[in-house]
Amino acid sequence: MADTILVVVEQREGKLNRVSWETLTAGQALAAEMGWMLEAAVVGSGVAGFANEIAGKKVSKVYAIESAKLEPYTPDAFVAALKQFLVSHPAKLVLMPHTYQVRDFVPKLATAMGRTAISDCIGYKKEGEKLVFTRQMFQGKLAADVSFTSDAPWFVTFQNGAYRGDKVEAGASAAPVETVNVDIADGVIRNKPHEVFKEAKQAVDLTQAEIIVAVGRGIKEQKNIEIAKQLAEALGGELAASRPICDSGWLPMDRQIGSSGQTVAPKLYLALGISGAIQHIVGMKGARTIIAVNKDSEAPIFEIADYAVVGNLFDIVPPLIEEVKKVKAGS
Amino acid sequence: MKILVCMKQVPQKDAPLKLNETGTWIREDVSYEVNEPDAYALEEALRQKEKHGGEVVVITSGPARAQQVLREALAKGADRAIHLEDNAFVGLDAFNTARAFAAAIKDDQFDLIFTGLQSDDYGYAQTGVVLAELLGWPHATIIMQIEKNESGIRVKRELEAGYFQFVDMPLPAVLTIQSGINKLRYATLIGIKQAKNKPLRKVALAEVQSAVSANLQKIERLYVPQKTKNTEFLEGPAGEVAKKLAEKLRNEVRVL
Repeated sequence: MADTILVVVEQREGKLNRVSWETLTAGQALAAEMGWMLEAAVVGSGVAGFANEIAGKKVSKVYAIESAKLEPYTPDAFVAALKQFLVSHPAKLVLMPHTYQVRDFVPKLATAMGRTAISDCIGYKKEGEKLVFTRQMFQGKLAADVSFTSDAPWFVTFQNGAYRGDKVEAGASAAPVETVNVDIADGVIRNKPHEVFKEAKQAVDLTQAEIIVAVGRGIKEQKNIEIAKQLAEALGGELAASRPICDSGWLPMDRQIGSSGQTVAPKLYLALGISGAIQHIVGMKGARTIIAVNKDSEAPIFEIADYAVVGNLFDIVPPLIEEVKKVKAGS
Repeated sequence: MKILVCMKQVPQKDAPLKLNETGTWIREDVSYEVNEPDAYALEEALRQKEKHGGEVVVITSGPARAQQVLREALAKGADRAIHLEDNAFVGLDAFNTARAFAAAIKDDQFDLIFTGLQSDDYGYAQTGVVLAELLGWPHATIIMQIEKNESGIRVKRELEAGYFQFVDMPLPAVLTIQSGINKLRYATLIGIKQAKNKPLRKVALAEVQSAVSANLQKIERLYVPQKTKNTEFLEGPAGEVAKKLAEKLRNEVRVL
């Protein structure tokens, strides 16, 4: 029998997480290349609706892994449920999106089964009989091809944006859906989660901005943010920042771009002194044009920049403000 | 509370990295620093100790150079340190690193174990959660706040896109700490002096060898990522570059 790839999609608060489709696209590509079977699973309480939604895509089968104890999410319950499922439904490869929730339980699940997870992958390669997964290392400065040296199931998580969710293939007919009720004993769940909440009303909606000027560590001091602000004003754009700037309190948290902040896709993203750690890049790589100014010629931000300036932002920005004003005045 | 903080030494953020001859790791001759989220984990442990009393112990694995991370932690106020000292620890996967740590602390009884949420080198974001499972403890990840209460602790988890969640959990527990949870302190001169007399236990590979196995995953090769974009580098004196950029903004990007 062919080996099985299981894609575990993510649902939260009654919604299928968008990145689930990306992981499904990855699963379809892998299944086609390896000649393996593709199945999907959704974990939770009352998740049959999601299972039916997935069943419209090109998959052999969809499982709804059900227990009242799976809502709200806890790592203890999710690991108990998925371990039980994988023991009775062996899979060669288990794929999930690299979300905060998956990060929270996958290492525990793999360890509970004596296995390992290759996390935050951006692709895969088939090399002869060997399957390797590509992931970024050293904050994106280097990449690594990583293989499993242990038995199945192999756990792999894919980075947000690694595959195109809109490229997921529809099935010729709806795949069968099976509900698997799992038994989670009393006392298994130790954490008591409260309601999910948002800190404060987000004052700035950067997702609507057409032009964003973002600052990173290279700005050095809080008072220097002023020149970035002046550039943003000259361009008629919004000011944003990478995480360390908001952590330091130099700009409010609602100006943060990246996995823990906002995800944006403006016409222009001008990155000043931002090295381009993965967590930042996932929040802005959809920008139509990226201009990066950084002292470090090896900064990962240059990998995705359309226009790059290797140099000191304090030298470049003041004349740039003047040039922008000149062009605007002339037009 | 007795708190263990797992710390890692990683290449400095701006350090240019060179591949080794086999293309499986970087050359060691770079500058190192403490993994940033681990610095926040240490700071949080020190603050918890200041509030509730107890002890802060720091642990790391790696060659002799990694001791610097422990020395800095002791200077900032940690009480003692454990150094799993061997070059071989650098290449261990998260599963085996956690197993080595678990073996090294088997005679200690901690209430809490902190790690940074991920390392700046591998970036797997796994060691803390794996360690929790090996110890049979509950865990919570990407933590932004910790309050002790009668039954254990209440932590604030960061979720995606600006969402948060409070979680009540019993002790002992493992928490992975997010950067920015607190404001980092500097070591004082007195702290640096005192650190010299604080206990630092060295654990040789042989002592924990029986706990670790062959890696479950293997880095086949490490390389400079291929560029997917055609990047145009603008060069010249600052004024000229600024002029070129403004032209691009007007004619190519069309935002002016």
